[in-house]
Amino acid sequence: MSSETEKVIPFMRWGRIAAALSVVLVLGSIVSFFVKGLNLGLDFTGGTLVELHYERAPDLETVRTQLTEAGYAGAVVVQFGSEEALLVRLRGNSGEKDAESAAANVGEGIVNALRAATPDNSIELMRSEVIGAQMGEELVNDGLLGVLTAFAGIFLYVAVRFQRKFSAAALLGLVHDVVIVLGLFSIFGLEFDLTVLAAVLAVIGYSINDTIVVADRIRENFRILREHTTSEIIDISLTQTLGRTLVTSGTTLIVLLALLLVGGELIRNFSIALIVGITVGTYSTIYIASAILIWLKLSKEDLMPPAIEVEGAEQNELP
Amino acid sequence: MNRFPLWKYAMLILVIGFGVIYALPNLYAPDPAIQITGSSRAAKVDESLVEVATGALTRAGIEHFGAEITVDGSVMIRLRDIGQQLAAQKAVQDLLDGEEFRVADKRYVVALNRASNTPQWLSSMGAKPMNLGLDLAGGVHFLLQVDTPKAITDRLEDMQETIKKGIREKRLFNVDIKLDGRVITLTAPSEDTQKALMELLQENFPQLARQRGSQGGAFWVKAQLSDQMIQEIEDHAVSQNLTAIRNRVNELGVSEPLVQRQGRNRIVVELPGVQDAAGAKKILGKTANLEFRLEATPSTPLTQKEQFEFYNEQERQLRGPKYLERRRIITGERVVNAVAGFDDQSNSPKIDITLDSEGGNLMHRATRNEVGRNMGVLFIDYYTEKQRVVENGQVVEKEVSKVDKKIINLATIRSALGVRFQITGLDSSKEANDVALLLRAGSLAAPMVFVEERTIGPSLGAENIAMGVESVKLGLVLLVLFMLVYYKVFGLAANIALAMNIILLSALMSILGATLTMPGIAGIVLTMGMAVDANVLIFSRIKEELKSGLPPQSAIHAGFERAFTTIMDANLTTLIVAFILFVIGTGPVKGFAVTLSLGILTSVFTAIIGTRAVINLIYGNRQVSKLWI
Repeated sequence: MSSETEKVIPFMRWGRIAAALSVVLVLGSIVSFFVKGLNLGLDFTGGTLVELHYERAPDLETVRTQLTEAGYAGAVVVQFGSEEALLVRLRGNSGEKDAESAAANVGEGIVNALRAATPDNSIELMRSEVIGAQMGEELVNDGLLGVLTAFAGIFLYVAVRFQRKFSAAALLGLVHDVVIVLGLFSIFGLEFDLTVLAAVLAVIGYSINDTIVVADRIRENFRILREHTTSEIIDISLTQTLGRTLVTSGTTLIVLLALLLVGGELIRNFSIALIVGITVGTYSTIYIASAILIWLKLSKEDLMPPAIEVEGAEQNELP
Repeated sequence: MNRFPLWKYAMLILVIGFGVIYALPNLYAPDPAIQITGSSRAAKVDESLVEVATGALTRAGIEHFGAEITVDGSVMIRLRDIGQQLAAQKAVQDLLDGEEFRVADKRYVVALNRASNTPQWLSSMGAKPMNLGLDLAGGVHFLLQVDTPKAITDRLEDMQETIKKGIREKRLFNVDIKLDGRVITLTAPSEDTQKALMELLQENFPQLARQRGSQGGAFWVKAQLSDQMIQEIEDHAVSQNLTAIRNRVNELGVSEPLVQRQGRNRIVVELPGVQDAAGAKKILGKTANLEFRLEATPSTPLTQKEQFEFYNEQERQLRGPKYLERRRIITGERVVNAVAGFDDQSNSPKIDITLDSEGGNLMHRATRNEVGRNMGVLFIDYYTEKQRVVENGQVVEKEVSKVDKKIINLATIRSALGVRFQITGLDSSKEANDVALLLRAGSLAAPMVFVEERTIGPSLGAENIAMGVESVKLGLVLLVLFMLVYYKVFGLAANIALAMNIILLSALMSILGATLTMPGIAGIVLTMGMAVDANVLIFSRIKEELKSGLPPQSAIHAGFERAFTTIMDANLTTLIVAFILFVIGTGPVKGFAVTLSLGILTSVFTAIIGTRAVINLIYGNRQVSKLWI
């Protein structure tokens, strides 16, 4: 291996500063999470949402007045991507005015009311959603269950394939990433809906991918470079994989940027969650997961006897 | 060195060829279309209908083409502009609802659809484009929750009534019967009676868990539903409702609807192309039911009868309220067919009803000894109403479930009834038609509420597709450029593998009938970014090996070999997460999980086998002094 002759970047020298930064970010996220909470989307809160496209950009205040007059008091009206597109939201299922319209569609009710109020501007109903409150509660439970199951599954896999100290390091790195993504959504009040939850889980998948690649190299180097300290081995491994880590994050960020730029409003927050998650995930692979390995005093003994390579078995699975 | 045996290339070409064929239909975007189906017997689908419909479109100034009668006997008319789909539907439906057609009893349903453009040679091989989720195709989505506790209570009440009847028949006196939660408690004055009660329960409901004991001179028997029975009742209620909803959806004439059970007591309904959510909701949510009960005799104790009004205005005034026995003979779920017609004898609308064999048995047993008595048909309508109630000092609106029970028919039993009989006493032919439709479409075993409702307009769907395709294109271009610049020849190989990956992923999704949603498209874009990861791993390994002084050919070999375990570990963990996402996710999120998992599988294949093949073709088996990497 020529890595010894090559310049090794002393990542771990910056470990303390990185740890301090992470602690600040994580604490900040947790504080915001409890103080400000998450701006939960309709999927989680239940309620009514209607997306409308006007031919000509309407005045928001006028629309609000029109809605109040039509009996939809408390409706939140915001622009959605363009001046012509509006999003009308009603929290709770108070959108239906009386028993007569209970069977009818709230979306149509709102459009009809607005159309009647603005006869000179044509309005198209793009979508409407009515979601019962108990659905949201279940989604929150399912979502949390999903994140925890993902953590458990990864912990087990890494423990079996590598070693428990790697499991702990990988897991803490993941928790770090998830907390910071959630914190960012909380601080900036970005809407957290089902697609964002999917993005958070994808971040977990992505970040673990990254961590595994580094872990793989650390394990390999522990077996080859016998005379180095743990910290040195980790620095060498990180340096060796740095190119790959950056390129992969880079390619993923490139496509996510494309998604953010032209993918439209519906998956904007999804893209943001992934972009943040992948950036933080790359950082946490280098600083959090690896630093925790040192902290847990990973030693050569932990990696002896070597895990049995099952390359042959895996190759057979390929077509 | 670095040569593939011929069979490996052959296999790769075969796989890619297969992928191309099954991915190809996705390039032929379907046209927006309207589909006309006949919903009454007189409504024939023929050339004249095509002429009438296209005429209506031309008059409305809507551009259309390629009108045809499809193999399943409906008219399909293609439109140029998806924005005019709703207008086209309205124009044709209005015309077909006109006087001329109504008189001839020709009823048609005009639905929004997407007409396939897949060439014949592809569809003959079973190739078809991916299904589009509602967020891409437009349509309505409902999530209904079945009130299973109600189904359980209903069943317990039925049991209670049957037990009461048994007590009367066996002439057991002074027996007290109580239903409390899921337990029926019988209290008898003597041990003999208690024994008789145990026998009665054993005869009628052997599946109930029974207990007996005595307390202060009273002898009690408790009968209870087991957890397994409760589960069975719930399952039955949900599957009965599922069938009913399916039938009703069919009556709506929607192409490719989705009706599925979700979780323990929910039903998902997705109706692509439907825009009239209110209309669909009215038909789907109609939780009407019928009950057949005997009219109470003057000697029937007050606790065993109930009073109802007539449904028909005229009869309500003429005959006043009537007492019916509490015991249900059968309910509407036993009805297999119901046809509205006109009874010449009574000169009033009628419905001919056919029951299933179990229903016929129950009906026969209940009526054979009761000839001469009256039997009533109760029409039960469940609905919700907004009510203002005071809660914590504040007036809030609350949805209250209401039930309305009216007698639609009360007639004398002339002979023991069986599987087939008729009911009369409806207001009008229309009423008879509606009730027959509800009966035919299956009545619900338990009431349902709408817990979720989404409507996506067709133009939003088209917009989402356009944006999705745009982001895939942009992401792909950027990615390909980056790989070329960074890895040169190897980048080219990775790009070819990436193309293979996209083809295989599209083919797999099309074959598996997976549904493409907006988050699904995001999943594809994300997979593209992550798919090159395996290649990046291999290439950086090769670079390292070169630096450590390995000759080019050995470096290539070692790079692929050593990166293999890393790639496997990294992708298996991601797959774990994707799988969890699939299990907990619903709707669009599931779509994302599906594309992500399939993308991981195809990318591992193409990155390892595909890239290797290209590299071997370029560098394999020859003297190489320098690698362009």
